[in-house]
Amino acid sequence: MDGLARGGAAIVGAAESDLGRVAEGLNPIDLMAQGVQRALADCGLGLRDVDGLLCATTQARTSGLSLAEYLGLSPAYIDTTILGGSSFMFHVAHAQAALAAGLCKVAVIAYGSTQRSVGRRQASVREVNPYETPFRPFLPASAYALAASRHMHEFGTTREHLAAVAVAAREWALKNPAAWEKKPLSIAEVLAAPMVSTPLTVRDCCLVTDGGGAIVMTTPERARALKKPPVFVLGCGQTITHASISSMPDLTVTGAAQSGAAAYKMAGLAPRDIDVLELYDAFTINTILFLEDLGFCAKGEGGPFVAGGRIAPGGQLPVNTNGGGLSYCHPGMYGLFLLIEAVRQLRGEASARQVAECETALAHGNGGVLSSQATVILGTAATV
Amino acid sequence: MERSADPPLAIYEAHLDKGELAYQWSLEANRAVFYPRVLCPYTGSDRLEWRIAGGLGTVHATTVVHPREGAPYNVALIDCDEGFRLMSRVEDIPPQEVRIGLRVRFRVHRPGGNEPAYPVFIPAEGQGEMS
Repeated sequence: MDGLARGGAAIVGAAESDLGRVAEGLNPIDLMAQGVQRALADCGLGLRDVDGLLCATTQARTSGLSLAEYLGLSPAYIDTTILGGSSFMFHVAHAQAALAAGLCKVAVIAYGSTQRSVGRRQASVREVNPYETPFRPFLPASAYALAASRHMHEFGTTREHLAAVAVAAREWALKNPAAWEKKPLSIAEVLAAPMVSTPLTVRDCCLVTDGGGAIVMTTPERARALKKPPVFVLGCGQTITHASISSMPDLTVTGAAQSGAAAYKMAGLAPRDIDVLELYDAFTINTILFLEDLGFCAKGEGGPFVAGGRIAPGGQLPVNTNGGGLSYCHPGMYGLFLLIEAVRQLRGEASARQVAECETALAHGNGGVLSSQATVILGTAATV
Repeated sequence: MERSADPPLAIYEAHLDKGELAYQWSLEANRAVFYPRVLCPYTGSDRLEWRIAGGLGTVHATTVVHPREGAPYNVALIDCDEGFRLMSRVEDIPPQEVRIGLRVRFRVHRPGGNEPAYPVFIPAEGQGEMS
């Protein structure tokens, strides 16, 4: 066997935990467990069926131990890979490999964060980097701001282009009852919002919320016998290009170019075959960079591409249909929520924001400061 | 077992104490390495030579941080002429006037107390701009 097989595993359950600002005293493992319970209920499996456990959080040093103990599990397969917000896309590939190798039969991937309740600094303690910390970059925002400054310089991308990403996300969020933001947003409001790190205002930056969730994965055979239509993993790709922004090889090209290419190759698909995109929008520049690097427009053309509502509801390309990290929720490491929304779109469960005739979805995770990139392409039973 | 050399960070900071911006040169890769480390990330070789930068560079990327309290300040990535990039800030001009392509010159900053010295940059006289 050479690499993972297209359609070799399926996501059968998906659910969020409580989101936004959760009840006082709930901890990240409570939220993971809530997500696991709801995701198992979603597919009709029980805790005793679970023999694979994958999770990550910045709020527990050994979250795999904590979650296994909490759930009363002694899993045959466990993976707590943590590479920032994209960790859960890495987990999907690892779970598929474990399922294919027979190391486990039912795997859950879980996340939980109470960063809004406890404060971002406490939820995610930033390590001292003697080559960066003295300059007081406001991380992660300043790192993305530096990348944005370079994109604007090289390609003429404007603050209005960045704002168009935030406005599109808000329009989608208004169609999602679970979204944190409930009011419309205009380009002018994004531009006039308090500056965080130029060129990014607070409206160019993701929310700071609590939240968690889980997805359940199993083999294709088992998936077909469960109560909801399975969502098949068609393609996976991952890469890491750096850890700190001063070591990013090219500030305008992310590792999504590699992770996307690998995922497309495994899936046998091209960008034109993708019906809905869920892209990790920690900052508005992310969406522009990922649309370019994942092949939806040429390098440098992401700004004009997102202008005029192209990625908003009613536009030609549906992107971040849950409202994204910018307007729906962003509890620290957001990648799992992209997968949950992709599953809902492929099942036709997305109500007012449902994309018509949705057979394929691309969920792209980002971690660190554009550091880790991981792409997962999913499809309905009709695509395998 | 042979004890390994002094920590790369300590050597770097000792140079800054003397007012020098030091970097490593990989003899195998024939290119600069920054931040300093115990091996060359391009080749895996530990044949790394310490060199002193001439101090001239170009602003590669720039942002102005707006803290909740206090004045806005610059954070920039500087490409040094020797072929390495580092995070720093440009001083002596308002933070919003720091432009990509601005030619800059190294100056050591000594924060005092127990804080180690670190490199900052100022506009380089008569150097114009590069893109």
